[in-house]
Amino acid sequence: MSTRIGTVFTQELRLARRNLWVALATVVLALFALALAFFAAGQGAALDADVLSLTSASLATLSVYLIPLIALLMSYDSFAGEIERGALALTFATPVRRWEVFVAKFLAQCAAVGLSIVLAYSIAGLAVLPLFGAGPEGIAAWLRLIGSSVALGAVFVAVGLMLSAFSGRTARAAALAIGTWLVLVVLYDLALLGGIMAAGEGPFASHVFPWLVIANPADAFRLYNLASLDTAPVAGIDGLARTLPFPPVAALGALALWLGAMVGLGIFRTKRIVP
Amino acid sequence: MTDTILDIRDLSLSFGRLRALDGVSLQVQAGETLALLGHNGAGKSTLFKAVLGFLAPEAGSIAIAGHAPGTDAARIAINYLPEVVAFPRSLTGREVLTYFSGLRSAPKTGIADLLERVGLSDAADRAVGTYSKGMRQRLGLAQALIGAPRLLLLDEPTSGLDPVSRHEFYAVIAEAAARGSAVLLSSHGLEEIQTRTDRVAILARGALRAVGTLEDLARQAALPTTIRVTARPGEADQLQTEFGGRRINGCRLEIDCAADAKLALLARIGTRSNVLQDIDVAVPGLDDIYRHHSNQPDEEASA
Ligand SMILES: Nc1ncnc2c1ncn2[C@@H]1O[C@H](COP(=O)(O)OP(=O)(O)OP(=O)(O)O)[C@@H](O)[C@H]1O
Ligand SMILES: [Mg+2]
Repeated sequence: MSTRIGTVFTQELRLARRNLWVALATVVLALFALALAFFAAGQGAALDADVLSLTSASLATLSVYLIPLIALLMSYDSFAGEIERGALALTFATPVRRWEVFVAKFLAQCAAVGLSIVLAYSIAGLAVLPLFGAGPEGIAAWLRLIGSSVALGAVFVAVGLMLSAFSGRTARAAALAIGTWLVLVVLYDLALLGGIMAAGEGPFASHVFPWLVIANPADAFRLYNLASLDTAPVAGIDGLARTLPFPPVAALGALALWLGAMVGLGIFRTKRIVP
Repeated sequence: MTDTILDIRDLSLSFGRLRALDGVSLQVQAGETLALLGHNGAGKSTLFKAVLGFLAPEAGSIAIAGHAPGTDAARIAINYLPEVVAFPRSLTGREVLTYFSGLRSAPKTGIADLLERVGLSDAADRAVGTYSKGMRQRLGLAQALIGAPRLLLLDEPTSGLDPVSRHEFYAVIAEAAARGSAVLLSSHGLEEIQTRTDRVAILARGALRAVGTLEDLARQAALPTTIRVTARPGEADQLQTEFGGRRINGCRLEIDCAADAKLALLARIGTRSNVLQDIDVAVPGLDDIYRHHSNQPDEEASA
């Protein structure tokens, strides 16, 4: 079992590297992180606040958009493309079990996304550290950001793989992936904002709304990072971070639930693929 | 007692209203090579996918060395070469074989030997994207030879190959059969297979029309030998009244006869050599035998 998972894992990771996914994702993330870090450094000097904490806050908001996109782009073609090219039929004809293929692809793409995130954010963090210094709180926020970003990446890799297994065609998988990104990352927030404006203060705002926020993995990620900060912005949905009916770590639980559900659904579907 | 590796009984399978396989029964023994022939859309690839467990039969049964399709034991027993396969272009041939060796838990030490056997040693460390079609096909075959397959399923392994490569392909397949693999391969016609397989099965519109050795099939078809006679000017009418046959034009005549009556007829025609310009004997070819078996029931249906 472990050799077979290892074999698929190695090949997937090799492909991600050869297709320049890892390099591309690292460069994009590092550039954004550096830009935000130096922007925050300017602000931080003026506000006399911790630069790393400030950067974590703005990077958390940016990561919500970028990381799901990168993870979905990396994973959406994984099954669909191989079904179209006839490569999956060959893999499925070997003694490897289908769940092993799904898990191995998942782990490899998580490793690729995770590697990009860790590299990019470490580069940015290490770039500002010697210039502006950082307190323990800032370093903790930075580590939380890196860890939860990897978890967010993992959730969306699982979403992308699951969609890929369901669609079976590259074009359809691409459409589904972009649609999912739009819904979970953009439209969901807008709908929530509309909801809270319409409902105003009341039981919806205090009891239903927070749960709706962490029901979405992207929002759960942002909430976790912002709620853990003292210097966090207090406007909009993010202002919610101040009045949560649950501890911020619950948001990580939500991510774990999403991860489990997506992997489970993906494996369920992979067992039914006719390659 | 022979060792039946693949045992298919009364297999039927439909796609919606299309009956892709209809009551197919087929056995392949260890060490035997069986060619599955059929036109485009006859159901060859569908049969393979059913054996692999990708498609569930609607009726009938399949056993691979006694195991149901798709089970771990069946997948361990089968090695497969699909009709179209595109390996990732950025991987090298060696990496592709390393991948499949890993999935089959076969030692990596066998990879160099496999590459050697299909003639890819020199290109082993080049990206598959730079391979020619024939080279990709060879890589596919090498992949299918990993480990010691009990059943080799080869879907049109030699389509698009030049005659020399085709010959080499069949030599490699014969080696595998000699080591005890049961081989089921598909192809579009007897011309391509020639006498390279032990038995031949002809599939048309999802139904098996004939199974047997090439000699069996030729005998069952009982196709006539055609003797083409060219007469000297003005003598054709006379020859026709004497020997029968069809007139093709002013001086040519075609006479059909059973294979065993050929010599006697030729001897009789030979006595009239004074009015003959030329004699030509057309023995039924492999293609004619194949066409006879794959068309027969259709002609009845359309009559
Ligand atoms: N997934 C599918 N859905 C619907 N019909 C299918 C499917 N797969 C095959 N068919 C139909 O089943 C029939 C048999 O197809 P199959 O691919 O087995 O033919 P084949 O003998 O392999 O032909 P070829 O020589 O062209 O490869 C065809 O009529 C085809 O259209
Ligand atoms: Mg086919």
